[in-house]
This record gives sequence, structure tokens and C-alpha cells, in this order.
Amino acid sequence: MAANGNGHAYDTAHDLPGTSFASTQPAPAVSHADVANTSTYATKVGLAQMLKGGVIMDVVTPEQAKLAEQAGACAVMALERIPADIRANGQVARMSDPSMIKTIQESVSIPVMAKIRIGHFVEAQILQAIGIDYIDESEVLTPADDLHHVNKHNFAVPFVCGCRNLGEALRRIAEGAAFIRTKGEAGTGNVVEAVRHARLVNADIRKLKHMEDDELYTFAKEIGAPLDLIRRTKELGRLPVVQFAAGGVATPADAALMMQLGMDGVFVGSGIFKSDNPKKRAEAIVKAVTNFKNPKVLAEVSEDLGNAMVGIEMDQLVQKWAADSRHKTH
Amino acid sequence: MKPTPQHHFSNLTIGVLELQGDFAEHTAMLRRCGAGKVTGVRETHHLQHIDALVIPGGESTVISKLLVDLKLMQPIQKLVAENALPVFGTCAGCILLAAQIKQRNEQARIGVLDVVVDRNAYGSQIHSFEVHLRSNRLPFIDAPPLRAVHIRAPAIVHVGERVDVLATFNHTPVLVRQGNILACTFHPELTEDTRIHKLFLEMVAQHKR
Repeated sequence: MAANGNGHAYDTAHDLPGTSFASTQPAPAVSHADVANTSTYATKVGLAQMLKGGVIMDVVTPEQAKLAEQAGACAVMALERIPADIRANGQVARMSDPSMIKTIQESVSIPVMAKIRIGHFVEAQILQAIGIDYIDESEVLTPADDLHHVNKHNFAVPFVCGCRNLGEALRRIAEGAAFIRTKGEAGTGNVVEAVRHARLVNADIRKLKHMEDDELYTFAKEIGAPLDLIRRTKELGRLPVVQFAAGGVATPADAALMMQLGMDGVFVGSGIFKSDNPKKRAEAIVKAVTNFKNPKVLAEVSEDLGNAMVGIEMDQLVQKWAADSRHKTH
Repeated sequence: MKPTPQHHFSNLTIGVLELQGDFAEHTAMLRRCGAGKVTGVRETHHLQHIDALVIPGGESTVISKLLVDLKLMQPIQKLVAENALPVFGTCAGCILLAAQIKQRNEQARIGVLDVVVDRNAYGSQIHSFEVHLRSNRLPFIDAPPLRAVHIRAPAIVHVGERVDVLATFNHTPVLVRQGNILACTFHPELTEDTRIHKLFLEMVAQHKR
């Protein structure tokens, strides 16, 4: 196996004796560990930390998933229909068929995420049963519960949720979300809502940072968020979990804009596979996120990408998802 | 190896590969350990004047592709081979340092550490885990167990003769050293425990002397 053919082989499937190292080094390690704890808070939040500086791409087929992986996606979101098509369709949008998600899991080595309807904890149980890496409790699908979100503490799989402001972000974290994204208007190719919500979260945090401790109680009440999470956010000067941009990102410049606004990474949905040259655009957006502060690189990767997806103006939208009136509490 | 006082790290410049992943956590940890200067590496000229390189956790496929596309792969390989530049990789970083990747050997990598790794060896995210490690080797001697957070972690399934195994989990190596190369399958940068990063800084300090 190893280049020189010597050394020592290990097999995770078999229990090998602990001290049989063939290492010629002095004092081979006598090492042991306690019982492993799976799905701890650190592992849930930690996976999002590993995705930072990366691009998560919506895919509907194993071929698209492979293309996304080869183009440098740090994870894929497995969907039956991308948001642009959900909009065009206008029917109730639900969790994707598990068999379709499984074919995507089998086709890539990077993490695979999938969406459930807001509040639909049974869809979450199903996705957990098929070993999904992350669940997106998403406003892009039709809400299943107009008052409550899923109690995400009940799950071993970590969750990502959308937010429009600090209060909404911290409510989702209180419910157990390990990862936050802005709510944009997915499927529009229009980044304006993602920008608005990123700026609102930033503004709330800036305000919080300059508050006296005495003022936090009223602020907690005003924004409807738990006091302990408000204290933690003030201490850190940022959200206590990783925050990505989502909704309407269509170009490398859009992605870099969201990064310069302080996001840790971006979701790109319809923007890639609704464009002329998905592979080139996907690669360009990945490079733009890594080099978001370098306009020279941004200029290079923005060249000759072909047409971006056709965007939709916000006042032309039949249904707004971010501020969806079908959900009453957010 | 006698522990070096923390202030001895103040003349060291540590480069952290900032292509994708949890590089900010490594930077914060290295600063906490007293590293003099911590700089981001995104372009080839960032490799000048660094005493060591840290390769963070993240998605190894992404970092691998960007290392090639941004023309960083060969310069890093050269620095490690010719100048014995100290390198430290965690999780994805360990995969990128490995000589071979089981079943995915086509993945581009730095490939300087004589081990074979198996990516996602423990399964999907729900099998991510934490353990407390003990060992009779530095930096574990006479010290409390070390909290090791494994996230969609690789396993080191084979080590070459030159590789020194410093800690194992379920009889599989999780922390290894080969000369100036240090690698682990877990994420010390996600915990409060500074021991692994200090061990690396000591390696860098000794190399510089």
C-alpha cells in the first residue's frame, strides 16, 4: 500500500491489537481513548466550520453533483427541482424523493445536504435515516407548520436555517440550528434580498457590540431572541455559528460581494445550472469566494462566462419566500 | 524534547493556507500559542518568508483543486522536499499531505507524508465524533486526555517506516509525525487545547535554530 511496502497497515473495520506497531521509531505510542460520543454540538457546528470559504451548490442529478464536486463545491444540496423551477411550477414543494437523494450521495465524496419544509420534523427523520450530512429547513419549500420550526436539538444530523435579521438567526440557533444562512429570494438570480438580510444582521450585531450589559434585556425582548445567545453574540462580535449567503447569487461578483459583507461562504442554487456554461461559472464562483478581496482575480474569473441566469425583479415576484406570509412567526 | 517557553515562538512566521476551510480557527490558535506572525497563504508569493505552513480542515477536494488551479501545489511540494519546510495538516490537511488516498488516488495532493488515508472512513456526518485521547508520547505525558473532534474524518490505514505514531483511536493512528511533518485526523483548532499546535511550533522553532 504505502510507497515503500514496509511499515504498518491498519484496518478500521477490524479490531487490531493496540501495540503491534512495526514502527522503527523509539517508544511506540501506547495510546487509548474513551468511548466516542457521536453528533455532539462541536461536531455539528464543526462541519459548518469546515465548509467556510466554500460554495454549496444546488443539484438535481448525480451528473450535476459530480460536475459541482469537480468544479470545487464544498457540498451539494440535493433537490428534485431547483428554486427557479419551483417558482415556475407554483405547486406545493416538498422534501425530495429519498431514492433521488441517495443516488447523489453515492456519486460524490463531499457532504450532501437536502431540504425539508419548515416545521416538518418527519421529513427530517427520513433524511436522518438515509444518512444525510446536513438538513436545510427551508422557506424555499412550502411551510408545513405556520407557527413552529423543527426542534433541531432532537436530531443527530445538523441543521442550517435561513434568517433575515439577528433575532431570527438567534431563534433558529436556540432551536438547535448549527449553521445560518441569509434568506434571499432563491430562484430569482437577484441578489438584493440576500444583501439586505446580510446587512441587517451585520447592523444588529454592530448595535449590540456597543450596548451596555444593562441594555441587553430590553434588546433581547425587542428582537425576540434568548438572552444567553445575545450575550454570546456580543462577546464574539459575530453570530455564534457559521453564516453563509443564500438566494439570488448568480455571478462571481455576487459571491464576492456577499463575502465582503462578512459572510463565511455562499450557497448557489439556480445561478449555476440555469446559466449558459455551468462548469465554468461554478469554477469561477469557487475562485471568487477564495479570492473575494482580490479584484484582479475577480476580473479574470468573470471573463467569458456566457449568459448568467435570467434575473427577476423583486416587484415582478408573484411570491416572496424570504418574508413569506404563509409562515407567521419566523 | 524539552518544551520551549512560549516566547521562543515570537520570532516565527507561520503561513496558514487560506483557500477553504477553518483557517481562521488555526490562525487564532497559533496566535494564542504565541506565534510571532501568522500570515494567510492564497498566492505563490505568500510562500516567501514563512517558517512553516499549516493546512487547515475543510473539504480536501476543494483545497486540492485550488492548490492546482492557483499554482501553489508544486511550490509547496518543493519547499517541503528541498527546504524541509515544517508542515502541519488537520483532517483535510492530513489527506492532502498523505502519499496515498485509498480508492481516490487520482486526487491531487502534496503527498509528502508516508501514509495511506481513507477519506470519510467513519461514514457520513451522523458518525462524526469526539473522543478523549491518551498516549505515552508527547504531548500527552503526565497531562490530561486530549479532546479530539473528528468531523467526517479520514483514517490513517497504513504508515510507512519513517512515520512516528503519537496517538491512536481504536488502534488506528490519529496523530503522526514524520520529521518536520505533523498530521492529525481530528481538529485541535476547534478546541481550547493548545498542546498540538505548541508541539508543532516547537518543531518549527527547532528547525529554525
